[in-house]
Amino acid sequence: MSDKKNRTNLERRDLLRGLATVPVAGVFLVNLWRKMSREKVKKANLLSDLIKNKTAPAAVKSISNSRHLNIGIIGYGGRGSHLIRGAGFATKGWTETASENARKNKLNKQFETFMSQEDLNCSLVGVCDVFDINAELGINASQNDMRPGSKPKVTATRFQHYKDLLANDDIDAVIIATPDHWHSRISIDAAKAGKHVYCEKGMTRTFDEAIDVYDAVKKTGITFQLGHQNRQVEANEKAREIVQQGLLGPINLVEITTNRNSPWGAWVWGIHPKGNEKTIDWETFQEPSPNKIPFGDEALKRFFRWRCWYDYGTGLSGDLFSHDFDAMNQIMDLGIPKYASSTGGVYFYKDGRDVPDVWNATFEYPDKDLTLLYSASLSSNNARGNRIMGHDATMQMGGQSGGGSIHGFAVTADSESTQYKDRLKSGIINPDYPIFTYSPGSKEIDGVTSATSRYFANKGLLYTYRAGKRVDPTHLHIKDWLDSIRDGSMPKCNIDVAFHEAVACAMATESYFTGRRIEWDPVNRKLI
Amino acid sequence: MSSLDISIKENNYQLYGLVALRVLIGWHFLYEGIAKLINPYWSSAAYLLDSKWIFSGLAKSIVANPTFLTISDYVNMWGLTIVGISLLLGIFSKYGSLFGMALVLSYYLFAPPLLGLEYGKPNEGSYLIVNKNLIEACALWVLYAFPTSPIIGLDRFISNQKNN
Repeated sequence: MSDKKNRTNLERRDLLRGLATVPVAGVFLVNLWRKMSREKVKKANLLSDLIKNKTAPAAVKSISNSRHLNIGIIGYGGRGSHLIRGAGFATKGWTETASENARKNKLNKQFETFMSQEDLNCSLVGVCDVFDINAELGINASQNDMRPGSKPKVTATRFQHYKDLLANDDIDAVIIATPDHWHSRISIDAAKAGKHVYCEKGMTRTFDEAIDVYDAVKKTGITFQLGHQNRQVEANEKAREIVQQGLLGPINLVEITTNRNSPWGAWVWGIHPKGNEKTIDWETFQEPSPNKIPFGDEALKRFFRWRCWYDYGTGLSGDLFSHDFDAMNQIMDLGIPKYASSTGGVYFYKDGRDVPDVWNATFEYPDKDLTLLYSASLSSNNARGNRIMGHDATMQMGGQSGGGSIHGFAVTADSESTQYKDRLKSGIINPDYPIFTYSPGSKEIDGVTSATSRYFANKGLLYTYRAGKRVDPTHLHIKDWLDSIRDGSMPKCNIDVAFHEAVACAMATESYFTGRRIEWDPVNRKLI
Repeated sequence: MSSLDISIKENNYQLYGLVALRVLIGWHFLYEGIAKLINPYWSSAAYLLDSKWIFSGLAKSIVANPTFLTISDYVNMWGLTIVGISLLLGIFSKYGSLFGMALVLSYYLFAPPLLGLEYGKPNEGSYLIVNKNLIEACALWVLYAFPTSPIIGLDRFISNQKNN
């Protein structure tokens, strides 16, 4: 009897001690459930009636029409070679270095990204450059078997003058990556010759040229794409959805910025050791520029660092402001401003350049109740990013500009917001932390509000993402152009929006020269 | 060491202290695991990319390889959850504490707060060489050395069955 009692006691003791911590697991589960439902309610309150479409932009579409296209490149320099890589052709030197870099550093995905590009079903058949070395590199790229897709069907021929290239009937389309002072002439001649045009930014050096290019493209009906690859960046597409939905409230001030602090960033580029009177056709190079100089050391400097002189480009305006302007035009449909004024100076790089290295410009849109502010310094790396300031919320995009903002963004509610008044009051929205963040590569817009999400959204990444796959936006931009040629649709940076960029840049440049506010007369298409 | 000293077994203060430590660490692991499982955005990539010191090369190789990264994500999400259940309920707790120790020790080694190493991600506290990961790894070592689950926990039924 007592034995039995002892055993029962022992069994009870075993059971109690064995299951002693199970109630703790119960407490855990109850609290987990409470926390999850609380967050679900919070997230639903934040997002359900706010963001309409939370998914990432669609994956890259395959070519709808397989017509093979022959392309020519005019200006195979640094940017030209990048564009041609976007079309699927890299020099042997580039593929060797890139694969070696990938072998040394597994995080270096440049080679893999290039090789996994879609084969755009085109051939590089013509190369034109006034510098022999660059022209030879262009030919080399057309011969390299190491490329996405099949081996090159044909290899490129060199043309001494762009007019010879345009006269070739085999060529369907041309990429223009010359300095800006050549853009309008080549674009217009190409349009007249029936060639489709991909032109690098800034579209033109002067206002009159912008009008001429616009008219030529409209008259001939060719497919024109301006080189603002930011149009392909998924973060910009998501930003547009949020802004267009009115989630920032009335927007009266937009601030875009450029910060660089290196000689390279200020266009002090190397002078090629093989650059001389024999390898450079200097007279052709400077033909459209207002001021001409004989070939010599100064000419060499100007040839390789042309962005530093108004004779060939427009400095910060066409080179860097144009990218951020176009990104904002993409997000907000800004159009051409009514007024523009700008100031600045050569304050740091006193190397003989005449384009300012500190430059600030304001653009007024009275019909939109909006001011666009641009501020740039080439002697400070204090990256400020771009900010769209609304009455209800502010969108901060990236922390670096120039080259198209390929960063995420964070939207933070304003503490005095009208739209979010109730949510702020009830504590659902905290004005110290973002209400939405979007990081490149993420599946969808995240409606969390924490310090970590802000940290990741501001981290810069070199590539854009499509359905989680890393892609070079330049490749997508070339693809968009070629696809549009094939199916007759409008490319993303078509002549209409390109014209907005060209006129806005020209107005600000004109203001810098004249020291007065410039007005756009849309009826007579004139600057006043 | 396979079981507790008789003195600890009979001293409830010592025994309950060890059980409390086990349950609290189990709770922490379990929620860390579940929080990752229910967050579709979570990936170990961010932590690995910020890795410094001798394992930073290995960390970067893991991130660079999608298969390795997926394995790393699953090992973390499920590893933390399973270790959490094991410690909380006292089931296979010896293995749980050993595996848990390996996990937190790896978090420490991938990003130790050593002199001269700076991390991008903001820290929630101030650490000099020793951080909470190292302390938790050490606490799990203590739990491994002083296994309480055969006395208080589901392991009691298993060890009873064995004894019978």
